[in-house]
Amino acid sequence: MARAVTTQHKTIATAAAWVVALLIFFPILYTIITSFKSEQEAIQGFNLIPSGTFESYSEVQQQSGYFKFFFNSVLLSVGSTVLALIVAIPAAWSMAFSPTKRTKDILMWMLSTKMMPAVAVLFPIYLIFRDSGLLDSRIGLTVMLMLINLPIVVWMLYTYFREIPGEILEAARMDGASLWNEIIYVLTPMAVPGIASTMLLNIILAWNEAFWTIRLTTTNAAPLTAFISSFSSPQGLFWAKLSAASTLAIAPILIMGWFSQKQLVRGLTFGAVK
Amino acid sequence: MATQQTRSLARFMMAPSVVLLFIWMIVPLVFTIYFSLLQYNPLNPIRDGFVWFANYKLFYSNPAFFAAILNTLTIVVSVLVITVVGGILLAMLLDQPIWGQGIVRILVISPFFVMPPVAALVWKNMIMHPQYGVFADIARFFGAEPIDWFGQHPLTAIILIVAWQWLPFATLILLTSLQSLDGEQKEAAEMDGAGFLSRFIYLTLPHMSRAITVVILIQTIFLLSVYAEILVTTNGGPGYASTNLPFLVYQKALLEFKIGQASAGGVIAVILANIVAFFAMRAVGKNLDK
Repeated sequence: MARAVTTQHKTIATAAAWVVALLIFFPILYTIITSFKSEQEAIQGFNLIPSGTFESYSEVQQQSGYFKFFFNSVLLSVGSTVLALIVAIPAAWSMAFSPTKRTKDILMWMLSTKMMPAVAVLFPIYLIFRDSGLLDSRIGLTVMLMLINLPIVVWMLYTYFREIPGEILEAARMDGASLWNEIIYVLTPMAVPGIASTMLLNIILAWNEAFWTIRLTTTNAAPLTAFISSFSSPQGLFWAKLSAASTLAIAPILIMGWFSQKQLVRGLTFGAVK
Repeated sequence: MATQQTRSLARFMMAPSVVLLFIWMIVPLVFTIYFSLLQYNPLNPIRDGFVWFANYKLFYSNPAFFAAILNTLTIVVSVLVITVVGGILLAMLLDQPIWGQGIVRILVISPFFVMPPVAALVWKNMIMHPQYGVFADIARFFGAEPIDWFGQHPLTAIILIVAWQWLPFATLILLTSLQSLDGEQKEAAEMDGAGFLSRFIYLTLPHMSRAITVVILIQTIFLLSVYAEILVTTNGGPGYASTNLPFLVYQKALLEFKIGQASAGGVIAVILANIVAFFAMRAVGKNLDK
């Protein structure tokens, strides 16, 4: 932009943006602050300076075995994402490089399954899970999360793969590259960034999925979404503990999310906004 | 170029995804449609049987069903209005040259990564609690009576929480779109003497229209199935004041075991979603042709 920006304009815009940003971020910030308070402090009114105790964190772990849920979350989100990639990469690959007349229809149909509300299939799925002993099992839920995100994974990979120029493959072939060399030296380097972004976004989505993870688990396979939901029962005011548990539950994904802003836009809009 | 061989290979590569999605969505859906025509109660199987559309008639006669549909639509529309208007304003603000833009962006996008149960519990206990919440502190500071959000305005409270979660998404996408607006066009409009408002209406808004459409469509998909936020805050109450369709289906199916009614609710949810999906697919489909 050639237009000169006056310092005054920039100062006002900066002040306004920071005020709004801090307001939006405030609930998260306040949760983090409260997690370092004692239970007594936490309900003593508005206070931004905690005494800095780690009490709540150790209590969360001791009383409820926080890390079991954390471990389940990691297992489910990473496991389901990897599974989805294994299934989706060949599909997206073939749709991007040898499209047929029906490719578009198939993509659309896949997307339409994502638009189907989960409640519509709640009971049949519940029955299937119950009868096959998959309720509260890690395997069942991993497969479930994989299926939920599969359409998005296929779509994201497809939009990335489509941008790999097909001519480059032909050129490599002309130069006498074997199929194996073609995959290792030409395709993989070009496909990896797209696969990595897809993976990142899907881990985030799977981590935060809060319908099936709550409904299909009780204790054994319960991830952090179910763990946090259990705090909603009125058993007194343990806000410092709730804050500590919440902070632990969102911290890893928050940090991952900060790194994936750009891919997020692309992935969630199915390539419509870049 | 595609030979018979590559075509069958392509089919082979696509098969796992297609088959899995088919089994996961279509098969259970057929069951749901079938269940919706039954009186089916595992706890009281005596009266079980085929009842045709009796379960659907409940949508006229049972106030809970009507309330649930109305609440679902209220949540969707209110959150859309808040996030789209707020998102446009915020995107325009963040598009200005400011100090520390990177950090501001990170702060603004953060709520989107907070899992729904955490967002709901934090708002319920620390922000909106009638006695210990920050809102109550603020109200008392100004000498006002703190509001009992979840007791008196349960739906508004849920809308606020959900809007807080989705405002970052709208902002981020609209900002991305805004940043691709040609700077020279803006300058040319300015030189021609176009004021801020006319530049916004004739240049910025048309440029963002596609992104706005996408934001509306994608959010609608997710907003139609708000669940965890209701579960951990109001549990649908008081009465049915904050029960939406997904929550009602969950209650009917897994708490009351009225499978027929729950399934009818599920089918209605599908129809609602399909109306939205119809428009969504067209918008996304257009992009494919480019």
